Amino acid sequence: MTHHTGYNFAYLDESTKRMIRRAILKAVAIPGHQVPFGSREMPLPYGWGTGGIQVTAAVLGPTDVLKVIDQGADDTTNAVSIRAFFHRVAGVATTERTAEATIIQTRHRIPERLLTERQILVYQVPIPEPLGKLEPRIAETRRMHALADYGLMHVKLYEDIARFGHIATSYAYPVMVNARYLMSPSPIPAFDNPKMDQMPALQLFGAGREKRIYAVPPYTSVRSLDFDDHPFRPIRAPHACELCGSRDTYLDEVLIDDVGGRIFVCSDTDHCSERQAMKEAAE
Amino acid sequence: MYVATKGGERAIGAAHAWLDAARRGDTALAEVTAAQVEAQLGLAVDRVMAEGSCHDRGLAALAVKQSRGDLIEAAFLLRAYRTTLPRFGASLPLDTNAMLLKRRVSATYKDLPGGQVLGPTFDYTHRLLDFRLAAAGLAPEPPPEAEPATDATPRVTEMLAREGLMQREAGDDREPGDLTREPLAFPADRALRLQALARGDEGFLLSLGYSTQRGYGGNHPFVGEIRMGEVTVEFEPAELGFAIELGEIGITECQMVNQFKGSRTEPPQFTRGYGLVFGHGERKAMSMALVDRALRAAELGEACDAPAQQQEFVLSHCDNVEATGFVEHLKLPHYVDFQSELENVRTMRANVEAVK
Repeated sequence: MTHHTGYNFAYLDESTKRMIRRAILKAVAIPGHQVPFGSREMPLPYGWGTGGIQVTAAVLGPTDVLKVIDQGADDTTNAVSIRAFFHRVAGVATTERTAEATIIQTRHRIPERLLTERQILVYQVPIPEPLGKLEPRIAETRRMHALADYGLMHVKLYEDIARFGHIATSYAYPVMVNARYLMSPSPIPAFDNPKMDQMPALQLFGAGREKRIYAVPPYTSVRSLDFDDHPFRPIRAPHACELCGSRDTYLDEVLIDDVGGRIFVCSDTDHCSERQAMKEAAE
Repeated sequence: MYVATKGGERAIGAAHAWLDAARRGDTALAEVTAAQVEAQLGLAVDRVMAEGSCHDRGLAALAVKQSRGDLIEAAFLLRAYRTTLPRFGASLPLDTNAMLLKRRVSATYKDLPGGQVLGPTFDYTHRLLDFRLAAAGLAPEPPPEAEPATDATPRVTEMLAREGLMQREAGDDREPGDLTREPLAFPADRALRLQALARGDEGFLLSLGYSTQRGYGGNHPFVGEIRMGEVTVEFEPAELGFAIELGEIGITECQMVNQFKGSRTEPPQFTRGYGLVFGHGERKAMSMALVDRALRAAELGEACDAPAQQQEFVLSHCDNVEATGFVEHLKLPHYVDFQSELENVRTMRANVEAVK
């Protein structure tokens, strides 16, 4: 493994990595709690994964195998760019296979395949504060978290039901972690929320611009907020994947012409190609 | 059959090649050098140093060249370089009293000790396009040189303070925070606020400062003093025990004098808004001083309802590298979330139809 000379392994210097690891340890110890950290300026723009990149850089070792996805796919431009970045500054092996990866950095999705204890899922987080849309002042939201004062969010969800008959949040759907902290799952579709609950893999969340790290340790309770008479319902397009036929995965809608023609395909490209290969082998 | 777009890696490579070619432009023309940018587009270089928060004219000029003149992109390049540099210590506080002045003006006095020194300013130029500059060639006449002033140039604010008319800044021996190492927490103290403003976006601070003049948190400012020039940077290595000079940097400092009606504990007096930026950045230094004073509203017991007076609002949004990153991230693919919104809106529409 060789990496770009002139920079430390995985870009950040060792004392910065140690600082980030300390923040991660604290985050793991207090599941769902946002830990402020000395986020560094990275050579990629804020809002493009600088938090996830710093977390990945801090936990990455030379023998790790890295997978990077954006919208569930390995070949989206930003995933390509981040993968190339770590290849350049850390020289680590990269993969597109979920099963082979030890670290998976993601934006907006959780892979369909069940993750294992040997894996770490690193989320890129634009806005770590789940209450931010309701209360923009961080000094105030910190107080609300300290007091577990989440009435505001319940009122918001109730107002959704009163207006629309159902909870009208379809992504970045707020969750309670370990029955204590309200947490933003990052802008993953609500469809992915149930995968966070009791996940065997460690889940780390990095928000670079907002300078926060938080975590969900393995086998931790993650519950999507709901009401007894309005239980949480994950949303997906009610179709089958055009390529692999899956009816239980998250689908992307692809327009194929300008007269309303459309198909639906799996958002998780690795999972989809695995299923296609299985289907072919069976035939 | 159509499948979701593939080939991101090849597309990125091709886009980068195109970018390189676009940056270079017409190869029949001579390539601009970083040294030329540094020498002839000096104010762009200064702005990039200020917002990139790294005082290095050569690197800032290179960033301007590499970014095709996009100054926020250039500041971003400089920041991303700066973040990799090891930090071996902090300099002693700059002594701007001892600044080698190129410019020093005060609006509060007609004349004052040390005099008014205009320096290389646009202030009194007529903004007429100079078509002679379109034709390259002749160097301008060298400017007339006066004997350098030898008498002291005391600070306007200090003269007011001696008379008891200007509030003294409270001394603080605590090590100031460093927002590049520790995330900003609110409320932020003045040292941290000034740090954030010093690297903040010139345009954002200009507009906020302007808003205070138009009644959104007004604080009746006068330019007590603007000084621009070279100041010595000193560093005291622990093993030496005395300070050594590292060199000189160019900076611009602005001290605004603002009214204060007084409070139960303090008599009416003037208060200070402070601005300091790398290089020649007068607009930024003045705007920073206005916003600094506006952000002191709470501490001075003034009403605190204008945007420029609200520190979470100002400090969270003044950094243009953060701002441009997050605004521009909207062009990254968001189709997964959009898909769930599509299904959401379809469900809502179906519900509405069903009720009809």
